[in-house]
Amino acid sequence: MLGFLKNPVVVTAEINLSLVALTVMGLMSRLWGLSYPRAVVFDEVYYGQFVSLYMKRIFFVDDSGPPLGHMLLALGGYLGGFDGNFLWNRIGAEYSMNVPVCSLRFLPALAGALCIPLAYQILVELHFSHCAALGAALLILLENSLITQSRFMLLESILIFFILLAVLSYLKFYNLQRHSSFSGRWCFWLLLTGVACSCAVGVKYMGLFTYMLLLAIAGLHFWHMLGDRTLSNVGAQLLGNMGLTRGLALLVIPVAMYLSFFYVHLALLYRSGPHDQIMTSAFQASLEGGLARITQGQPLEVAYGSQITLRNVLGKPMQCWLHSHTNTYPIRYENGRGSSHQQQVTCYPFKDVNNWWIVKDPGMQQLVVSNPPRPVRHGHIVQLVHGITTRYLNTHDVAAPLSPHSQEVSCYIDYNISMPAQNLWRVVKHNILHLKLFISACYLSHCSNSESLLFTFFFQWKILTLKNEDTEHKYSSSALDWITMDTNIAYWLHPTSGAQIHLLGNVCTWASANVAAVVYTCLSLWYLIRRRRKIYDIPEDAWQLWVSAGQICVGGWVVNYLPFFLMEKTLFLYHYLPALTFQILLIPIVLQHLSDHLCRSLLSKSMFSALVVAWFSSVCFAYRTFSPVTYGEPLSVAELKDLRWKDSWNILIRKQGR
Amino acid sequence: MGKRRLPAALPAAAARSLPEAAGTLAAAKLIPAAAPALRQDYGSRRAPHSASRLGTPPASPLSPRPPAGRRAALGLVTLLSFASRFHRLPEPPHVCWDETHFGKMGSYYINRTFFFDVHPPLGKMLIGLAGYLSGYDGTFPFQKPGDRYEQHNYMGMRGFCAFLGSCLVPFAYLTVLELSKSLPAALLTAFILIFDTGCITLSQYILLDPILMFFLMGAVLSMVKCNSCADRPFSASWWLWLSLTGVNLAGAMGVKFVGLFVVLLVGLNTINDLWDLLGNLNLSLVTFGKHFLARVLCLILLPLTLYMAMFAVHFAVLNKSGPGDGFFSSAFQSQLIGNNLHNVSIPERESYLHKDLNNLWIIKKHDSDAADLSDSSSPVEFVRHGDIIRLEHKETSRNLHSHQHEAPLTRKHFQVTGYGINGTGDSNDFWRIEVVGRRAGRLIKVLRSKIRLTHVATGCILGSSGKTLPKWGWEQVEVTCTPYVKETPNSLWNFEDHINPKLPNISLDVLKPSFVEILLESHMVMIRGNSGLKPKDNEVTSKPWHWPINYQGLRFSGVNETDYRVYLLGNPVVWWLNLFTIGLYLLIAISTAVALKRGVQLTSEHKGELSRVVLCGGGQVALGWLLHYLPFFMMGRVLYFHHYFPAMLFSSMLTGITWDTLLKFFSQFLSPSTTARRVYEGGIVALILLIVYSFYLFHPLSYGMIGPMASDPSSPMAGLRWMDSWEF
Repeated sequence: MLGFLKNPVVVTAEINLSLVALTVMGLMSRLWGLSYPRAVVFDEVYYGQFVSLYMKRIFFVDDSGPPLGHMLLALGGYLGGFDGNFLWNRIGAEYSMNVPVCSLRFLPALAGALCIPLAYQILVELHFSHCAALGAALLILLENSLITQSRFMLLESILIFFILLAVLSYLKFYNLQRHSSFSGRWCFWLLLTGVACSCAVGVKYMGLFTYMLLLAIAGLHFWHMLGDRTLSNVGAQLLGNMGLTRGLALLVIPVAMYLSFFYVHLALLYRSGPHDQIMTSAFQASLEGGLARITQGQPLEVAYGSQITLRNVLGKPMQCWLHSHTNTYPIRYENGRGSSHQQQVTCYPFKDVNNWWIVKDPGMQQLVVSNPPRPVRHGHIVQLVHGITTRYLNTHDVAAPLSPHSQEVSCYIDYNISMPAQNLWRVVKHNILHLKLFISACYLSHCSNSESLLFTFFFQWKILTLKNEDTEHKYSSSALDWITMDTNIAYWLHPTSGAQIHLLGNVCTWASANVAAVVYTCLSLWYLIRRRRKIYDIPEDAWQLWVSAGQICVGGWVVNYLPFFLMEKTLFLYHYLPALTFQILLIPIVLQHLSDHLCRSLLSKSMFSALVVAWFSSVCFAYRTFSPVTYGEPLSVAELKDLRWKDSWNILIRKQGR
Repeated sequence: MGKRRLPAALPAAAARSLPEAAGTLAAAKLIPAAAPALRQDYGSRRAPHSASRLGTPPASPLSPRPPAGRRAALGLVTLLSFASRFHRLPEPPHVCWDETHFGKMGSYYINRTFFFDVHPPLGKMLIGLAGYLSGYDGTFPFQKPGDRYEQHNYMGMRGFCAFLGSCLVPFAYLTVLELSKSLPAALLTAFILIFDTGCITLSQYILLDPILMFFLMGAVLSMVKCNSCADRPFSASWWLWLSLTGVNLAGAMGVKFVGLFVVLLVGLNTINDLWDLLGNLNLSLVTFGKHFLARVLCLILLPLTLYMAMFAVHFAVLNKSGPGDGFFSSAFQSQLIGNNLHNVSIPERESYLHKDLNNLWIIKKHDSDAADLSDSSSPVEFVRHGDIIRLEHKETSRNLHSHQHEAPLTRKHFQVTGYGINGTGDSNDFWRIEVVGRRAGRLIKVLRSKIRLTHVATGCILGSSGKTLPKWGWEQVEVTCTPYVKETPNSLWNFEDHINPKLPNISLDVLKPSFVEILLESHMVMIRGNSGLKPKDNEVTSKPWHWPINYQGLRFSGVNETDYRVYLLGNPVVWWLNLFTIGLYLLIAISTAVALKRGVQLTSEHKGELSRVVLCGGGQVALGWLLHYLPFFMMGRVLYFHHYFPAMLFSSMLTGITWDTLLKFFSQFLSPSTTARRVYEGGIVALILLIVYSFYLFHPLSYGMIGPMASDPSSPMAGLRWMDSWEF
């Protein structure tokens, strides 16, 4: 007790001034003049809509990604007191006064700035020198594309931040593993790895790639631990614990976190909105406004005599309701097939009085609800009467209009007796909702193909022009263009002057990063083959460093880049930024390795350093040259033309004299 | 040569040879007493020290002769396989399922008509050859499934496919025997494949799958055989198996691009092999280089040559113009007999897929109207790269025109119209003509130059969007001017017809593309065709996860009660056993790997042997399964149930190996050796009986059913529709 009083309370602080300086520089580069331009820049137009919806608490689903990123952006809006009233309809539109531009853009910029110290520490944790770490941080600092992407209300910088955080925490955890397993710090970093991974995945699904990489590396490390015979006397118990904690932190927690993002998303958005329709009817009814207004106060169970509407559960390509109207099927279709010429039954995407049907017991004549009401149960056989035309829903052995293999569904008209009424349906309930029944099998025995029958009449879509319109974009690019930066994206153009903002990388850094990747691969192959023949060029610990650095940096580049070759969605240059970040980290690693192991003499070492300095100044020069289009400084036409280093770049030059 | 190298290679070879030299010799002497009863089956791999003690020459010139039991088993298995595949082969005597495609393509070869298919040509050439040799004259039209063959001789083609399909079973048997050295495992695999209704059905018709699977299994078998020859590299049998692997790879690739997966499998195996050799410091680098070169020769150069030869034959045989012309470039088409390229014809602005007079345009300079061909005084001016031109439609005298209105279907593009009267228009009629990959001023050539037309006023590029216009546009393809300045094949055009009386006409031979160009072009066309096989909206397609659970089959023939129905569906017992075994194998493999990694003391040599069979043999087969299954999850094209069958072969081999290992492992704990033996053998026999019985239940799926559907109690298949998704 009170033992702590015996010793003086001492605080020793160790401050890495270079780290602090880097952070300050990073903050300056990312945060400077954040509210300029005061106009919608590129994808802000897209994310802005969601921020507004969050502010208004209106339910939406963004099918392009999970909600954490949107929520973080919305947090910025919330802190800035944004009321959500802005029409996000056009890139370049001026922001009105109620939009807190600075606070909306603050979080991404902050995340972008913090990537710099993270890069520094990752290299330190990979056991490279402070000089190399400094180099990595400076390269990230001077990368124009990362600056541009950080300075607007976009998600990539947040994603990269979480990715780097996950990598750093795993490395810290792994380095602590050797001597202080199960210590507090060990647990903290392990936990942080899982949390950062789930955040990365929560911002964009791309984060999954890095998560998988870290899982693979963790698995590999654990596998080596299994084979570590020195641990065998400690016993299987410890190993079991190790495995369990890792599984918990790297698998269970991320999944739980990920689900919690959705929970928060749903908890925040309780008002009905434009995306209701892609959800189930039951969910829609839980939102304030919208369907709830209809369902409120209506009976829960469907009984004989109930008036109902039937919505197709699948909801693809759009939601629709079972519908009928007085028009009949044409006697002959264009291809010459005949029809029953009975009343059409379709699936109609709008609410309409013709969507109402009455459930009738085939054994009784009257349509009214008996007292007490007899509920319809699973397996019951019913007839469905169309409310307006009072005809029965019917199917028979006539080919459906578009799918000849399925039967036609019609509303039966009793004007000729030649076709017997086949209007008994069995109700098969998959789940009972307020309004929804799923009728999935018809009663008559000849009707074998019930599933596709259902699809048939629920999918009477003749016009489908919705498709693939979005796969083309002025600035979309293919993954192959990214390595050489053959493409750019114009983010914003000043309405009158030549000032413009482009997503354009630091040419020098991109080229060096590619060279570094090639050098790394070739050297690794060379070492690997030589080691196989028992020729050891570099000491064992240097080899281990080299390999672990490659696992992270080359691995990170590969997993974040190659999958795009398999994707069919529209791709943009900014998709490459996470991969690029990893590739940049590789540059100082390769440089230090070259200087440590290949420059043997003092002379060659100093020459190498001189080269590195020269190269670095060219990086600075490239940064300086392109910073006008990074920060949107006004430029003359001649200056703009000078910036067009590659023909494929799309620098916007106003025509003179207009 | 072989002899002289032998001493140097001996130490390594000795270590490697052990499993091989095994044979009959080892069985009697070396098996530990613990399980004497089992020796015959799995005792044939033996411990290293014994070999050196015995000093058995590692490289006996011939591999030991298989014991009579094994030969009898092989004979039995082959016989059953052929019997099951050839039983009721002529039934039904009408076109079934994809026979309509592949039979038709076989006929094209016999008629020598050029056609296009998304698969490489070998499979269809072989079908054509089989038909030709069996006296089929290529006159049956194969229009649609259900067409009766009548007097046409289709049995040759079906018999050929059934023959190749029957070979799968002995191949699988030998592969498993080689991998596990265990007769029961091989027998189990063979029985699984013999009595799988899916494999039988797929082998009985004129399809590419039996041919593909034949080469695929051939490649795997040769690879495995070659691996077990590793103790005597550069021997005759080693060379034989190595080059057979290459030949089979070429065959697999030549039938379908799915053959790429087996190429990957063999490639990975070879890399692993070379890596082992590299790590063997007893081998000099020169020897390693020889190993490396031998593999390059047999596994890269040989297949590549064969593959190209296939295409050479393909193009040599098909020399008449036919339905495939339109898929290929104009230059290529000009080589086909009967192609109308030298007559009046063209590709058009309104990308009309057929050729007619409305496709003709007159090239004029943008600033003058003088292009009167009849005026012989004006000199011919050649169009050059970078020139600005105007295109006047010959029939209507309107200029090709574009402006900033949205195109009818692709709303992000600009509309392209004909504008002006008698060639007088405005500045929106000017187009800059650019040849891909050329500098300014070069001449433009008919057919060979790929050109791009850039609209001068708006900077957009003339292209065809690939969408079909509705009725008012005569269902022709939409032409737009795309503002997105990118290289896509949609925006490239070439001059096909070229009429200019002042210029000398050329012979078509000038245009003749080289073989390499044709080869590359046909591959581009095939790849484009394959990725163009997209599922239509709302079409219920087969998903890869359906396949291992045998979720839904394919109707080969017949729909209704009165039809002769054949339904491609795996024997559910076999398939579910396979599926279960994959999980089981994963469990066993992981526990074995962890045990080895932890250095758990293996109590008997058997465990070591078992783990080697599980991890190496089983691993190879499991890898094959993965390689033939997982890629389908990433494919955007339409998928069908039968795509799983190559993977199913691997899965069946895995089942044989796993159950054999498992039964062996557990029976060894039973104390009296007779019980152990009985349990082990009983287990295998029970499995085989189970498979045979299930086949007895489900055989009508393959051999045809007539009568009520399974949902009717009076049907012979009543009660067998275990899943609602089965349609029989």
